[in-house]
Amino acid sequence: MKKTLLAVGLAASMIASFGASAADYVIDSKGAHASISFKVSHLGYSFIKGRFNKFDGEFSYDPNNINASSVEVNVDTTSLDSNHAERDKHIRSADFIDAAKFSTATFKSTKVVDKGDGKLDVMGDLTLHGHTKSITIDAEFIGAGQDPWGGERAGFEGSTRLELKDFDIAVMGPASYVDMELHIEGVKK
Amino acid sequence: MSSEVTHYNAVTRIIHWVSAVVIIGMFAVGLWMTDLSYYSTWYKTAPHWHKSVGLLLAVVTLFRIVWKCVTVSPKMDGSPLERLMAKTAHFFIYLDLMVLFVSGYLISTEDGRGIDVFNWFTVPGAGALFEGQADLAGFVHLYAAWALIVVAVLHALAAFKHHFISKDNTLRKMIGVS
Repeated sequence: MKKTLLAVGLAASMIASFGASAADYVIDSKGAHASISFKVSHLGYSFIKGRFNKFDGEFSYDPNNINASSVEVNVDTTSLDSNHAERDKHIRSADFIDAAKFSTATFKSTKVVDKGDGKLDVMGDLTLHGHTKSITIDAEFIGAGQDPWGGERAGFEGSTRLELKDFDIAVMGPASYVDMELHIEGVKK
Repeated sequence: MSSEVTHYNAVTRIIHWVSAVVIIGMFAVGLWMTDLSYYSTWYKTAPHWHKSVGLLLAVVTLFRIVWKCVTVSPKMDGSPLERLMAKTAHFFIYLDLMVLFVSGYLISTEDGRGIDVFNWFTVPGAGALFEGQADLAGFVHLYAAWALIVVAVLHALAAFKHHFISKDNTLRKMIGVS
């Protein structure tokens, strides 16, 4: 019985892997061909831009069945960098994202909707500051193909607006939100 | 004590000749790879291998120095001046190798990234230790490499001089034949 189950399981997984032409990609954070940036209001007069220097993730993308795509990203929140060490320390503190306690933010897609013309909605659960909330990333396919070093790559960009209160992060000043800018290039596994 | 052996021991000889080949190869690859175009198929692989081999050679060289200290070397041939020059050159080669290992490491790790050794293990990066680290370390690495090759050529010419002109055992001691 156990053996039969195992055989069925193996067969099923083989069909699954041969059946789809979807490819799995590792986000090239090592080569820094990907970035997770944020833009937040300063006093309502201007904007501060910053980024998370450390993150990793993977995505699956099938150009023939975009709706079957998925993505998962883990961000090291302690790597926040707004080009100002004292400000970074303050944003990392318990006053804002409490990076010591919530050192990882994760995004796991739950649904991808092909809007045509390379545009897609990536819906998923973002866990940040210990709170999980469903968000939608407005994404666009940029390009894919061979790289010069024997690999294959695919890249996307995306943006989304996070309401800080959804994640119980203190709002300072007139703007209640932070805009995220994502540039994601993956290397085919 | 040093008169007890007539040849360098097998471990010393193997490390010597392997290091010689690796160092010449690393020098050539180093000059070549820093000139590659971004679109070269070797653009990523060559530096990856250069760094991997360099870090492994660092480990071998550290062992080599310890090994040299704890084993007996044969007595040196030649005049007192020749022996002094030889010892100075040998010391310089060890010192310059250390400079190359440290400077090479510092080029690649300024931003805290580690160095992958043949996808086998990763040597962690120590981050920025001083201002302009990667640029300064790169400058030192290039000139230290040239200095090493110049001294290695002198070292080889000296060995040939002993072998063909003085007709002593200097080269044979390192080859392992009498």
